[in-house]
Amino acid sequence: MPRDIWLIFCHQLRLTMGSKAGLVFGMLQPVLNLVLFGPLLSTYIGPGSWQVFVPGVLMQLALFSAGLAGFGIVFDARFGVLERQRVTPVSRVALLLGRVFTNVVVLLGQSALVVAVGLAFGLRVPVAGLVIGVALLIPLAVSLAALSYAFALALRRQEMFAPMASTAIVPMLLLSGALLPMSAAPGWLDAISRATPFRYVVDGLRAAFAGHYASGTLAAGLVVSLGFAVVAVTAGTRTFIRRHA
Amino acid sequence: MEHVIEARGLAKSFPGAEAVRGVDLTVGAGEIVGFLGPNGAGKTTTLRMLTTLLRPTAGTATVAGRDLTTDPAGVRRRIGYVAQGGSTNPACTALRELLLQARLYRVPDPRARSRELLERFGLTDREIGTLSGGQKRRLDIALGIVHTPALIFLDEPTTGLDPQSRAEVWRHIRRLRDEHGTTVFLTTHYLDEADALCDRVSIIDRGRVIGEGTPDDLKRKLSGDIVTVEFDGDSADARTALAELSAVRNVQVSGGTLRITVAHGDGILLDLTRALDAGGVEPRAIRLTRPTLDDVFLALTARETAHAA
Repeated sequence: MPRDIWLIFCHQLRLTMGSKAGLVFGMLQPVLNLVLFGPLLSTYIGPGSWQVFVPGVLMQLALFSAGLAGFGIVFDARFGVLERQRVTPVSRVALLLGRVFTNVVVLLGQSALVVAVGLAFGLRVPVAGLVIGVALLIPLAVSLAALSYAFALALRRQEMFAPMASTAIVPMLLLSGALLPMSAAPGWLDAISRATPFRYVVDGLRAAFAGHYASGTLAAGLVVSLGFAVVAVTAGTRTFIRRHA
Repeated sequence: MEHVIEARGLAKSFPGAEAVRGVDLTVGAGEIVGFLGPNGAGKTTTLRMLTTLLRPTAGTATVAGRDLTTDPAGVRRRIGYVAQGGSTNPACTALRELLLQARLYRVPDPRARSRELLERFGLTDREIGTLSGGQKRRLDIALGIVHTPALIFLDEPTTGLDPQSRAEVWRHIRRLRDEHGTTVFLTTHYLDEADALCDRVSIIDRGRVIGEGTPDDLKRKLSGDIVTVEFDGDSADARTALAELSAVRNVQVSGGTLRITVAHGDGILLDLTRALDAGGVEPRAIRLTRPTLDDVFLALTARETAHAA
């Protein structure tokens, strides 16, 4: 199975890299976000705003980049690619994970770019903080992509994927506190926010970027990110197998 | 003869609908067998069951020597499947798709095999979105046989193709069998396709097999030959005259034309002319035609409808 995961991964990655337009927009979006919104925050929050804002942009990226991954499988299903692969002896888990890992690599590439631009604007972050950030982002991306594929396959009307997924993703983004820290929220909003895994990951990312390695916030972020990945991959593979006996 | 497909009572019901209600099939090694039926008859559902894509709700089947329900992975390793609506990503190149497919099947030298298939199917390594319909279809078939399976399933292989591309695809399907000994099981709703390609056909309608045999057998058994007679005289007289002949199965009259179905056309013409002449009907022109599978198909489905009513 690892070999099949690798084969699907390489194929999907090559397809992604082969789409020049896809690459340009994939890079442009997060950078524009940073450039057009970041400076505003530094006015409001003052020095150190980039340490708060860049982790938020990374969360936003993860939600939109990996969270909308299912869109790709809608096309694979429509073009018959998925069915062709399902008649091969390849395990269904490999068909899912090969794709998921492609999305993870794409997200890491985009994140590197965001961090680079952030550094140019005045972001200061320790190397260890960046490494821990990556460790938080990878399970998050795995979870989001796996859930996204499962959702896309489970939908009866697949053309509804994009509107339904974005309707789910935007509230998750707001609740995570990625745009504005949830510490400023009223109690009820803070409570809802704590019911989503994304809140803990954003807080963990911010702790890591600030160099607070020993904090409970960072530990909570890591635990939630990993736990979420286990749950999401299990749910994702189950759907994948059930939909495709 | 060794059986490559052996299905008994294969059925699939979806909530609220019975798509396939008990299909029996036997396909021998090296045969080209056509599965014929109108849209919605259950062809694709049956094919998807035989290729492990759908779990049957009832029945058993052995496909390529492996049990369909207990060893689907074993079936997958031994069969090829070419779906109806294509199987390729338009943004990918032909060679890339072939390479992935070859590697997923653990073909020993994927690159050599992929290049060999491109050449054999007259394809160049281009982005798939720029290929013509016929080229895409040939690529689909190449993808289906990348691991040289003993059995290949083709779901409506020429639907939507122009006549030239169709002939080209037919040529490749024949070569699969003639040069590589591959057993071919294909669905089609084109009767001429079944006639041109298949050693045997099974006819399915409303989820049930309603007829089976070689195209010639079916034509002989079910529709007989057709004699068309243009005549001068009274049509009632013509009917009376023909009723005497035991070989006549059915007579239809429209205007001054008789359409007579007979068991065997050979040798009947003289009897027909005499009988009509004796009955005071004067034939002006007589034409004998062999039936097409269309006639068989219409005869069979009409009979089914009569039974159902």
